[in-house]
Amino acid sequence: MEDLSQDRPRPRLDADSDRYWSAAASGILLLQRCAACETPRFYPRLLCPACHSDEHRWEAATGRGSVYSFSVVHRAPSPALQAETPYVVALVDLDDGVRMFASIWSPPDAIRIGSRVSVAFRRLGDELALPGFELDQTGAPS
Amino acid sequence: MSLRNAVAITGVGSSRIGVVHDRTGLGLAAEAAKNAVADAGISWDEIDGLLTAYSMSERYFMLGSVMCEYLGITPKFAASMVVGGASPGVMVNHAAMAIASGECSTVLIVIGENRRTGLTTDEAVAALTTVGHPNFENPYGPTLPALYGLVARRHMYEFGTTPEQLASVAVNTRYHASLNPSAQMRELITVEDVLESRYIADPLHLLDCCLISDAAGAIIVTRAERADDMATPPVFVRGIAEHHTHEHVSMATDLVRSGAEVSSRAAYAMAGVSPAEFDLALLYDCFTVVPLIEMEDLGLVGRGEAGAFFQDGHAKLGGRLPVNTHGGMLSHAHAGASGGLFDIIEACSQLRGDCGERQVRDAELAVVHVEGGVLSSHCTLVLANSR
Repeated sequence: MEDLSQDRPRPRLDADSDRYWSAAASGILLLQRCAACETPRFYPRLLCPACHSDEHRWEAATGRGSVYSFSVVHRAPSPALQAETPYVVALVDLDDGVRMFASIWSPPDAIRIGSRVSVAFRRLGDELALPGFELDQTGAPS
Repeated sequence: MSLRNAVAITGVGSSRIGVVHDRTGLGLAAEAAKNAVADAGISWDEIDGLLTAYSMSERYFMLGSVMCEYLGITPKFAASMVVGGASPGVMVNHAAMAIASGECSTVLIVIGENRRTGLTTDEAVAALTTVGHPNFENPYGPTLPALYGLVARRHMYEFGTTPEQLASVAVNTRYHASLNPSAQMRELITVEDVLESRYIADPLHLLDCCLISDAAGAIIVTRAERADDMATPPVFVRGIAEHHTHEHVSMATDLVRSGAEVSSRAAYAMAGVSPAEFDLALLYDCFTVVPLIEMEDLGLVGRGEAGAFFQDGHAKLGGRLPVNTHGGMLSHAHAGASGGLFDIIEACSQLRGDCGERQVRDAELAVVHVEGGVLSSHCTLVLANSR
């Protein structure tokens, strides 16, 4: 796992998300699925947004998906992140049925809407890792 | 109970706009409020309701109460509301509900801050990033322009919208600002100027993004029956409706169709109007892509047609439907939630025939749409100079 620069907003582990982050630290993308109506959801939370049940289970995601949209940041929100520009933020539609906001750690010019991507993890300090995505070898839209 | 024509806007006021070193945010708000009270021809003690939004430069915990205190009023109805750019529309709706229910009779809506001189640019960019999710978006380093960059790229992908078409929104808006003596940026620009300005968040260039201003606006909302006795010609709120779908961009089901579709149809139904009837439109324009989506969601043009509508000059003064005749947030002013309030103020000024060189001839019916977050919270207003 590569390291990310430390000077960025850090996720704050809480009762909704600590399992998600502890799985990410060991390189696993964990999603919640409603135990009542089977709808997968992201981000993790107490109630199913589809049926409002508070019963859920955690499942490892395929981590594969396609790019719904992306943007290349040239003007960063902090001086520390400015050093990393240009970088890509994206919305990725996972094959698992949820949409995630994340980085795509691939050259911006190679990315298209519809490009196939797979999850990757980068360490953020000793305790945390951030899931993001990398273009699949071909990167071709499916 | 329908709110159709329940209330009217009987006074509008603005502060000085742009870089205003000699005012705090509250001072700007007070200047705008004083102008609105004078415009309405009322006395301060007639104000029995106050609504304001939030300030990123002066972070008071209870801004509504602070505003009452600073202005020296003690109303029976007051609150600060945080619905991002949609706040001023939502506040008119709440004011209308409070007035229609008899809770109060005259509400001052006042919003402003010294976002230009009260924050450094770095601080303003960082403050706006709080729109993103603290755990599931912000660790990846987005800015607000990057979140709207996702919207812009998706619109380009689905409808073939071009960078030139996005730029034409900024060019059109700047032309209107050039006719408005109080606008912050009045020098004409071209499509090439926009495309040659540096990328902030590709596909959005600097000139695709709204300004950062010191500015405040204020309006007086009162019972429609009272409006006929006021000093100024009333502008009636003929229809108004909200719709709220999410806050974080990653939770939007669709980035090119928004809750504006629902709020606008509800407002049209209340007003008994169709989108072909409007003389002008005031559309929240934090980034150039946003008025495109709003035009399409509001049914002012067909899906995917808004880019060409701007590019072909139809949104220009004298065109088929003039949009943002004051210069919008792209060129007139943007100081937080006051951006949308200036849309409402411009609609009122146009409907009163007060706009001089930029007046839309015979303007009788205007539509205003404001949105907050990332296409998250919506409010549409149908305003008219007759019942």
